[in-house]
Amino acid sequence: MAVLLIAEHNNKELRPFTLNAATAASQIDSEVHAVIIGNDSAEASKQLSELPVIKKVLSVEAPHYENFTAENFAPVVVKLAENYSHIICSANTFGKNLMPRIAAHLDTSQVSDIIKVISSDTFVRPIYAGNAFATVKSNDAKKCVTIRPTSFEPCESSGGSAPIEKIDAGEEFSNTKFIKREEIKSDRPELGTARIVVSGGRGMQSGDNFKLITEIADKLGAAIGASRAAVDAGYISNDHQVGQTGKVVVPDLYIAVGISGAIQHLAGMKESKVIVAINKDGEAPIFSVADYGLEADLFEALPQFMEELNKLNTIQK
Amino acid sequence: MKILVAVKRVIDYNVQIRVKEDGTGVVTDNVKMSTNPPDDNAIEEAVKIKEAGKATEVVAITVGEEKAQETVRKALAVGADRGIHVKADGILEPLAVSKILQKVVEKEKPDLVFMGKQAIDDDCNQTGQMLSALLNWPQATFASKIDVKDNKLEVTREIDEGLETIEINVPAIVTCDLRLNEPRYASLPNIMKAKKKPIEEISASDLGIDTSPRVEQIKVEEPPKRKAGIKVANVAELVQKLKNEAKVI
Repeated sequence: MAVLLIAEHNNKELRPFTLNAATAASQIDSEVHAVIIGNDSAEASKQLSELPVIKKVLSVEAPHYENFTAENFAPVVVKLAENYSHIICSANTFGKNLMPRIAAHLDTSQVSDIIKVISSDTFVRPIYAGNAFATVKSNDAKKCVTIRPTSFEPCESSGGSAPIEKIDAGEEFSNTKFIKREEIKSDRPELGTARIVVSGGRGMQSGDNFKLITEIADKLGAAIGASRAAVDAGYISNDHQVGQTGKVVVPDLYIAVGISGAIQHLAGMKESKVIVAINKDGEAPIFSVADYGLEADLFEALPQFMEELNKLNTIQK
Repeated sequence: MKILVAVKRVIDYNVQIRVKEDGTGVVTDNVKMSTNPPDDNAIEEAVKIKEAGKATEVVAITVGEEKAQETVRKALAVGADRGIHVKADGILEPLAVSKILQKVVEKEKPDLVFMGKQAIDDDCNQTGQMLSALLNWPQATFASKIDVKDNKLEVTREIDEGLETIEINVPAIVTCDLRLNEPRYASLPNIMKAKKKPIEEISASDLGIDTSPRVEQIKVEEPPKRKAGIKVANVAELVQKLKNEAKVI
């Protein structure tokens, strides 16, 4: 039986992690179908049909699908599930909210947030915020699996031409009403997908001092992160938080400034490709995961860092 | 309004996890255990709603082995009125827990069920959503703000793109984010008083729920270690390494 991928989109276009989830789905079975539930989402459906790994697109449109309410989405997927061996979705807030509702209706024990496909029923997933990896085998007839997007490469986004089949909408769930969404807009790359992240911790000592981080992030085209300690101290808003209770990031370069490296912070960034730690405490745990450690006072090091960057002829963006 | 709050006993969030050498799991013997952090936020919110005169009773429930009852006792010490302990041993998957909670909800008839958005041990993030599916109730997951309005709740949810606000009709499930509130500490007199509050004990099998796992744990291992890095002498060396060795800037 084929695998059903639930596409994540904003009604106009696919959200990028759909491509990572499609890769994971194609590692489970070569026959991947994708369902897209939305309102006026024809353009996103078309993008989905162009992913070469997708063999068929199922499109469901109705006004009550405009805001991705799980109570409306779940019955659509449950109805389609009889034809599929696996239901797959990204383990971001969209998939985390939706998939368990589907799994419970199917009486399936969901496998959350996998980082590796071993076989069609066996997966690796982090537990204890990535402090241990569990290899698990699902014995349910139907499998509901969410995937950690940053652990799978995005699939090719063009060249495919899967047929798009329209399917009937379900009823509206009347006890949940969408009111508003406040998207945090910024010229910076999104923390979860940025190539470079510069993060500050309690060592920054104040919100004002974060301008030292901002300058460097601007220069590098980087996103700005923070430790929970910096967020709790009110230096910066909580959408910047990296860690077990914030965002998990896997950039090419992670620069931790004035961050001691609490377990819960390390869980959110230690898979980064290159880690730099700047801290005046040479014994700070952050140095145990850093590729390049600089034991220095950040208030001296950051302005020097800026100067050195200004001397470079080119900076990769 | 009556609020049922589900709490889970987990390894304390400050403890460095150690994987067992035989690969069967993580070491829990002689390890400090606590209430799952966002479950503390769930209790705090329920107690605050009661203190604001908008709820009449807060009932704390846990599902698990004998010692799991500590988490209910702690909830009673910060303001829950009474407790329920559903006894069950072994690995409990969210699907089994949500079926147990469904049975209890059918008997207790709460207007709201609160719990943390995710447990920090298995990191599943499923139970609340599964319970609302089984009950066919609305769900407000990852809540960072809750306004109680008659028979409705207005809930602000933390989503990847920012914040989302929804309105849900009671009865409903809310899963709580750490940003929802600042959980209080139990005072000594309240800890003493909590010892007298009743905790009802039920067993999962009495509820007719089979808790045997559907997902087999094949092995648990340490994540790959990063290779040891180097200390650089100064900022100039750091930038030079990033540019010419790591080639990331």
